[in-house]
Formats: sequence, structure tokens, C-alpha cells
Amino acid sequence: MTSDPIRNSAPGTTGPTPRLVLNGDDVRRALARIAHEILEHNRGLNDLALVGVRTRGVTIAQRLQAEIRRIENESPPLGTIDITLYRDDLDHHLEHPELRSTDIPFDLTGRHVVLVDDVLFTGRTVRAAMDALVDFGRPRTIQLAVLIDRGHRELPIKADYVGKNIPTAPSEQVHVRLVEEDGADEVVVTA
Amino acid sequence: MPALSQRHLLGIEPLLPGDIRTIVETAKSMKSISKRAIKKVPALRGKTIVNLFLEPSTRTRSSFEIAAKRLSADTLTLSGTGTSLSKGETLMDTARNLEAMAPDAIVIRHSASGAPHMLARILEPPVINAGDGSHEHPTQALLDLMTVEERKGPVKGFKVAIVGDIAHSRVARSNIFTLTKMGALVWLCGPATMIPREVEQLGARVTNSMDEALEGADVVMMLRIQLERGSGSLFPSVPEYAATYGLNRARLKRAKRDVVVLHPGPINRGIEIASDVADGEFSVILDQVENGVAVRMALLYLLITRPEGRGGTA
Repeated sequence: MTSDPIRNSAPGTTGPTPRLVLNGDDVRRALARIAHEILEHNRGLNDLALVGVRTRGVTIAQRLQAEIRRIENESPPLGTIDITLYRDDLDHHLEHPELRSTDIPFDLTGRHVVLVDDVLFTGRTVRAAMDALVDFGRPRTIQLAVLIDRGHRELPIKADYVGKNIPTAPSEQVHVRLVEEDGADEVVVTA
Repeated sequence: MPALSQRHLLGIEPLLPGDIRTIVETAKSMKSISKRAIKKVPALRGKTIVNLFLEPSTRTRSSFEIAAKRLSADTLTLSGTGTSLSKGETLMDTARNLEAMAPDAIVIRHSASGAPHMLARILEPPVINAGDGSHEHPTQALLDLMTVEERKGPVKGFKVAIVGDIAHSRVARSNIFTLTKMGALVWLCGPATMIPREVEQLGARVTNSMDEALEGADVVMMLRIQLERGSGSLFPSVPEYAATYGLNRARLKRAKRDVVVLHPGPINRGIEIASDVADGEFSVILDQVENGVAVRMALLYLLITRPEGRGGTA
């Protein structure tokens, strides 16, 4: 995956003026806070479920799941969702976006589902993810947790839990790097 | 994921091994959609697919229709045997009429070898060959590969026996291309009247002995005896064919212990395959049907949303 216009959070190489916006400790603290907020908002983990958007949203959802287990000694079920077949820009790519599997091993109906992604940008990924989710059942609520909100929404979508708001220019790229995939936790903005 | 090297799927012969890999990997992801409560994704919403079936077909046609519907495409199915008029003329006329409907893909089954190629030359949208004469049936070979890999992993180095009327079988031709491209060793077996002369040039071995073909085989592909197409004149009698080239449990013991048995269907029970083999533990015949939908979904998706290629790089 090289440049991906919707997600705009691909690892990429460091551009000319990289700006470190979150270091490893910042990422850890932000996710710990989001886990507390999710539990507070939902008053525990009754009927709670996490669904990560492939690929980095899944890693972040796994971290949140572990964090919640640390706090409550119990963890919510975790699903993963691939939004490729729900995208609105399938006609405008240079490469085929890689099709990965969607795996939701529990019934969504009646649950409070927290959708998890790394970066919230135009909102189109979230729109696609919500369309995909409702094909699997009828959640009681869908909430949205993101590590980074970089602004520039093109749809009326707002996150319920945000690690950090980062003002960006539309042309800038936000790179979320995670230990599991990239060897270190950090968020960098490049021109 | 790289785009396919071809704009159309006219056969397996022009495909690169990487294309075959892309199609099968995409099909694996597509397969899970058929297991959901809502068996539909919006990937091809607003696209129109024309199924042109000018030769009788039930399973391939319904498989393509289901595949298109699971991707939210609209389908139009035209059928007819096209035997009363000269085939070339009919097809040209049909093609021009089709163009006016602005389809995003055309799936064609035709009794004349090369009919899909002719359509591809004159029409803009991608053309998918759903079986042309005795030439190729590429989607069948791709679903066969997916089915074998699902049970046994990559086919590289496998001994694959294909048994029956090789000469008149488009399924056999497409499978020979697919399997040799993926590194399997293909053995063709049947009576001499059913083995085409030049076939060893495709990289396959030939034998008239069923036992030799089955010895140590990882995969056995049985072909249907097409009595309605006059296969009956190629061997002395049906009982004799069944005795010499029919697959039964005793004979299958020569193959590997984890052999898988495929058949493109519909099966002639008791002729090319015994019922207890067709319904037995080595048979993957029903997996083939299920994987057929997944492979056709993958192809429709990959060809219709193919990046850049719409201008025609290949």
C-alpha cells in the first residue's frame, strides 16, 4: 500500500520536514485514556464490542482491548473489518487496494460497538465501515475511537474518543507507526 | 496488490502466474461474503453485467449471476443456442446491440472456440470467457485451483491426473495451463481417441493406463463423458469405458492417502465416477461449486475496477 487517498495514514518514508506529534509515551497515554473514557461512557463493558478497521485500526483496537482488560479484568470481544468493498473510490486507484478478510466472530445486534481507526480525516473510511457493520447486524450504538483527528471532514462524522487533535494542511500526510508493525510507536506529519 | 495483466479473461493461457495468484487470493476474501447473513457488498453498485449464454449452461450461468448480485451489480442474462444462423453473423449483431446497453462487463458462453476473443476485439468493456467450444473454461480451472489449495496448499510439485475426454474438454485445457503455470505435474489419461496429438507440448504427460495416472496422485480431476455431444462414438461402450476409466474406491487406493477428487459436474454416476467416490471423503465436488461463486466474484471485481487498464495497457 503506497499512497492511499482516503486513509492517508500509510507508513511511507519520511518526507522533507517531518514533524513528530506523538512519541511512544504519548501514544500509550492517549490509548489508556481512551480505554477509560470508553468504560466511563458505557458504564463498564456490558454489551461492549470493539471493531478495528484494517489494518492499523485493528492493532489499536487490540491495544484498547488489553488496556480495558487491565482495568476491568475482563475484555470486550474484538472484530476486524475490511472496508475495501464498501469504498466509494474503487474506480480511482492506481493499484487494487488489497482485499483482506472481515472477521466479526460475535453477534453485533444489540451491542455498543466501538469502531476503532488510526486517523480520522475525510470521514469516508468511517462511512464505509458503518455501512459494512450494519450488514452484520443491528448494533445498539456505534461509537468511534481514533488515535488522531486531523480535520478536513468531507462527511458529517465526528469521533467520540480522540487520542489527539492535530491541525494539518490537506496536502500533509499523517503517519501512524505502531510497535507491532513498524517497530516503534510514533505519529509523524510530513509535507 | 497489482492489477491483472489482462483487460479480459479470455483464457488461462495468456495469464501470468501472478495474475492467477491475485485472482485466487481475492476469491478467498470474497468467499466469506457468501457466509454472512447479508450476502451482499456494494463494490459494483451501479455496474451492469451482461451474461451472454449462447450454449446451454445451468451451473456456470447461475454462478455468474449470484456472483454479480453479491457484489451489487445489475445483471442481464441473454440465452439462446444461436444454431439457426451463422454463428459469426449472429455474434457480431448481438455484440453491436450489447454495446448500446453500455455494459461494464460481458460474460460469454459460446459453442464456438474463440467467440469471446472476437467480442473482446470489437467491444470496450472487459469480456469474461465462461466456456468457448473446446478451447478454454478459465473460471472452472481457477475454482479448481482454489479448491485444491484450500485442502492441500500450493500445488507446486503435485501430481495431478486428469482423466477422460481430454480432446474435447475446455475444462482440461484450462486446467493444464493453470496447473503447469503453478508448477504442478499434469498427467492426462483416457482412451487414445480422446487424447489430442499435440498435447504433450503443453507440458503434460500422457498415459492410457488409469493405474499409471493414479499412482501417487495428489489430485484427480475426472471429466464428464459428454454423451450428448457424441463422446459415445469415441469408445466401444459405456460399461467398457466405466470399467477402464471410471474412478472407483479400489482404484483410488493407488493415489496418495490425502488425495482430492474433483469433477466439474454434472456427474454421470457410475460412468466416469462411482457414487461412493463422488459422495465420499476425498471428493471436493461441492466445494468446487461454492468456490465457483467466489472466483467469479473476484474476477468481476478485479476486471471491472481494474486500475489504469480501462485505457488498455494489455
